[in-house]
Amino acid sequence: MDEPRDDRHVSIHATHPVVGSELTFGSVTDKISAIVLKRKTPIWWFVGFAISFALFQLMLLTITNLLFKGIGLWGVNIPVGWGLDILNFVWWIGIGHAGTLISAILLLLRQKWRTSINRFAEAMTLFAVAQAGVFPLMHLGRPWLGYWLFPYPNTMGIWPQFRSPLMWDVFAVSTYATVSALFWFVGLIPDFATLRDRASSKPFRIIYGMLAMGWRGSARHWHRYETAYLLLAGLATPLVLSVHTIVSFDFAVGIIPGWHATIFPPYFVAGAIYAGFAMVLLLTIPLRKVFGLESFITMRHMHNMAKVMLATGLIVVYGYMIEAFFGWYSGNQYERFMIWNRMHGPYAPYYWALIMCNGLTPQLLWIKKIRSNLLVLWLISFVVSIGMWLERFVIVVTSLHRDFLPSSWGFYSPTQWDWAMFIGTIGFFFALLFLFIRFLPMISIFEMRTILPEAEVEE
Amino acid sequence: MAQFDSPSALVAAARDAYAAGYRQINGYSPFPIEELSDAIGFKRTTLPLIVLAGGIIGAVGGFFMQYWMEVIAYPINVGGKPFNSWPAFIPITFECTVLCAAFAAVFGMLALNKLPQPYHPVFNAPNFALATRDSFFLVIESKDPKFDHDEAMRFLKSLEARDVCDVEL
Repeated sequence: MDEPRDDRHVSIHATHPVVGSELTFGSVTDKISAIVLKRKTPIWWFVGFAISFALFQLMLLTITNLLFKGIGLWGVNIPVGWGLDILNFVWWIGIGHAGTLISAILLLLRQKWRTSINRFAEAMTLFAVAQAGVFPLMHLGRPWLGYWLFPYPNTMGIWPQFRSPLMWDVFAVSTYATVSALFWFVGLIPDFATLRDRASSKPFRIIYGMLAMGWRGSARHWHRYETAYLLLAGLATPLVLSVHTIVSFDFAVGIIPGWHATIFPPYFVAGAIYAGFAMVLLLTIPLRKVFGLESFITMRHMHNMAKVMLATGLIVVYGYMIEAFFGWYSGNQYERFMIWNRMHGPYAPYYWALIMCNGLTPQLLWIKKIRSNLLVLWLISFVVSIGMWLERFVIVVTSLHRDFLPSSWGFYSPTQWDWAMFIGTIGFFFALLFLFIRFLPMISIFEMRTILPEAEVEE
Repeated sequence: MAQFDSPSALVAAARDAYAAGYRQINGYSPFPIEELSDAIGFKRTTLPLIVLAGGIIGAVGGFFMQYWMEVIAYPINVGGKPFNSWPAFIPITFECTVLCAAFAAVFGMLALNKLPQPYHPVFNAPNFALATRDSFFLVIESKDPKFDHDEAMRFLKSLEARDVCDVEL
């Protein structure tokens, strides 16, 4: 029984290799480091960076205005106290999850194909979490007192209230940001050393040299390094699952119909990975093209990422079905009304658009031809990103705007400043990504060396 | 110090050196080679213990931080729940565990490796910049009890190395 399966396994590897066969230790090193050190910065880099940096200014403008006028600037009001700001927070932090999944979970599962996309995905995670953090901070109303969330001895003699999921969230998100940054930096150390030894200009040699901290590739160092890296991956794996679980507790612990559901943690985690892979595809498809990285990020990667997206998308669809089912099965009039209102109420177009984007569109990925067509794959990823945004809109806004008492019902529409803030964070995200691809190796050089055939030790 | 072109050659040379009785030897490579640390006789590291200690400190510290604040320093009745509502303390206990263990892993690794270390004699070796590209090096250190300069040179030359050289301390 095992024999034929093995054969098929080999043939898939032969048609879609993880690395191009022409690569050697030297050419891998030179090709990736040249993007940072040698190649002339292309014009599109300057244009792209300028646009995203300008949008980042829009974010700063919004924040300034917000500090002067208060969060009434946004469309949030009772009963919809959580609007675009909180849903953007959930959207961004969800996108971050793919990075940790690729770098930690796939490392533990010994998926070699992760190697050429993990560095980039980790950077994406960090930058997405940075955007996510801005929203709840600004939503505090008095963001300059944000440090009150942390337990520190103060003259008021009070301490935080740890029974609240919002406190859990503070710890989960800040731990996630810290551990992701550590993981990313540790992965970069040997590559900093490579850049230090390759750089031709003295300032770069000094900067990369300081960041490499004297790394010299000693066997004893590598041994401890590998141990540390594996342990970090083991720690990051439950961490990444816990973060979106805790984000979902922000909703699930509340008693609002449509939030108070046990399906929320797995449904949120799957949605996060779904959105994250969509974003990785959205970014890597153009990048591998413009930098000619086809032998590093092969069609195998595209297929695998599309499959992960399909699988997590199906879990998310299951979540939608369970939500609808329990709305009916609970026999509770508020729950029944909530799901009816989602499908037929004032926000019904959002709900049906969400089902279109997240439920139906990704089903195209079953077809191999579509997974192989990069343009279509890119478009599907784009649609999924919008779908995941709509999902959070539906969860946050439709649940809040129809409360238990009809007398307290309301309506929410985002103001231009809501949109300015959202577009601003997209600009900030891309500005950071542009800086990253210009100054740091976007593919892990030393890990690429390990997966080359010549890295095998022959006895 | 001897320079090699492939990981297999370096591992074989390291095994020979270990078999010849040298103990203060070290390999340098552009990527981790599992067999190499075995070959130079480096098998165990205390790092996992450090990480475990970090995790335990995080777990105990995280839980009792919350216990102390909610029960002793600032007891406040929230919805009639007990002051020590321990199930509600678990998420933050978990996050603190991961945070402290991760710090222990990173800083423990750096400390055991004695990094940051701006200067090290091996950087003086010609071609050593290639150790971060595609070259593999084996070093017999002069603090080795069996070390004798001429004999060590002769030994390294007997291996099929691309190049053999001295490194100034």
